[in-house]
Amino acid sequence: MMRSLTISPDKCTGCLQCEMACSYENEGVFNPVKSRIKVFVFEQEGRHVPYTCTQCADAWCQNACPTEAIQINAQTGAKEVNEGLCVGCKVCTIACPFGTVNYNQATGKVIKCDLCGGDPACAKACPTQAITYQDANWTGYDKMRSWADKTNTQATAQA
Amino acid sequence: MRYVIIGAGPAGVVAAETLRKQDPKGEVILIGDEPEPAYSRMAIPYLLAEHIDERGTYLRHATDHFENLGIRQIHEKVTAVDGTGHTLTLQSGESINFDRLLIASGSRPVAPPIPGLDQPGVHHCWTLADARYIADYAKAGSKVVLMGAGFIGSIIMEALVERHVELTVLEMGDRMVPRMMDQTAGNLIKHWCIDHGVNVRTSTRVMEVKPDDTGIARLTLECEAAKPIQADLVVVATGVRPETRYLENSGVQIRQGVVVNDYLQTTLPDIYAAGDVCEALEWGTGNHAVHAIQPVAAETGRVAAMNMTGSNTLYAGSLQMNILDSIGLISTSYGQWQGVENGESSELLDEARFRYIKLQFEADRLVGAITLGMTEHVGVLRGLIQSRTRLGRWKEHLMKDPSRIMEAYLGATHSA
Repeated sequence: MMRSLTISPDKCTGCLQCEMACSYENEGVFNPVKSRIKVFVFEQEGRHVPYTCTQCADAWCQNACPTEAIQINAQTGAKEVNEGLCVGCKVCTIACPFGTVNYNQATGKVIKCDLCGGDPACAKACPTQAITYQDANWTGYDKMRSWADKTNTQATAQA
Repeated sequence: MRYVIIGAGPAGVVAAETLRKQDPKGEVILIGDEPEPAYSRMAIPYLLAEHIDERGTYLRHATDHFENLGIRQIHEKVTAVDGTGHTLTLQSGESINFDRLLIASGSRPVAPPIPGLDQPGVHHCWTLADARYIADYAKAGSKVVLMGAGFIGSIIMEALVERHVELTVLEMGDRMVPRMMDQTAGNLIKHWCIDHGVNVRTSTRVMEVKPDDTGIARLTLECEAAKPIQADLVVVATGVRPETRYLENSGVQIRQGVVVNDYLQTTLPDIYAAGDVCEALEWGTGNHAVHAIQPVAAETGRVAAMNMTGSNTLYAGSLQMNILDSIGLISTSYGQWQGVENGESSELLDEARFRYIKLQFEADRLVGAITLGMTEHVGVLRGLIQSRTRLGRWKEHLMKDPSRIMEAYLGATHSA
């Protein structure tokens, strides 16, 4: 069963535990700036929206990469950056219409969510179940994907 | 069915793979005119900067990738195409028949009509062979002149800086990357580069390149209204043009590039074009244009191959998008960054910190953008432009503060 991250913004309190956990898991430091999941704050509405890569089936980042550096993890379905192959050209960062691949100037490589190899730290850290890791067929991906379909240069390329 | 592809760059390789997937029994022949395995020109600057070796530029890393897919490769130049006769000619004189042909021969570098550009020591930076030559001469401390500070020139500049050469950049235009950046951003990039030790001279015209007779360097560049410049190596990055010379008598229509319809089909029904060489629909304007960028190469390669195998896949058009790293200052531009008639724009500028963002709107939709010094979530600009998302009340927020782009995206697309 392929699982995926499910985000329920209505349950998010804005505690940023997910950002801390992500940064620690992936970069070894507690620094929200280095997190691959970000919580956006809508102050006037009192709303918090955690946001990260949805691991698109037909991934824009992967299709745009000129050096085959974005590869699919067969176990998790995650699109992962192979740091040995990434040259740091950043084309994936402008090609991803969700803005979830970012360039890390310190390493000269791009970074994105890799589902922590199948045990995402953000979901474990979330105290309110605003981020859960569950059956992919079950999630709010449809909403994201329908939006992706409107971004139509790639969608029409799918048979 | 025999499919032949001219060009082994990203468009040709993606097309070959797509053809194989769509038509497992078809014969696929991929022709490239360079001896190396299919590679990415985009990776050459990172090779010159010694971040990667030549293998790091390869488009596919498994050595038997194409053999495993049953894709036959030919490393030879195509000299002519007979479109109605369904044949092409290789440099060796050999003819190859095709049922469907994909023209994906990319671009070639062009030089301005300046005397002396055809002598040793003056080189384009386009192929792996060029890169090897440049690596031999661009040693620490050697005098290098880079002609052209467009997008490609600026990327090569970064690599030359990392090679610790004594670098002078000459640009005829009044700013850096004039086709990707507005005056504000282009000048900020120029000042950033000067601050980082690169001698950048805009509005500078080279009149002639001559052998140097002082014994200090190999060459001397005579410039208009400026002192001559000495150089051991001159790298010419003054633009590229679709490689269509071998197609003159092919029967396909050529304007700036090979003209294609909304299915990436040329004016001859069994011939398609993709990548830098094709003049295809531009997304959002209805015009036809050549967009020589990596995402467009991959997208058109795929769509053309789909249609070559009988699918009716409409190409929605190519959106101009670029990202540039100038010695650590990252800039992007998207779509109609110059703005549109009756449109509106908003901008935020912090010159001291080299940060800038400019958004272009048509009614309450984003149609173009420029950013400087932004590396987080830039792709959302593409998403907002190509999804034609109506920003509603977020338009007003962005008019006041264009940096709130991520909030606007979430607010406009993920509202509860």
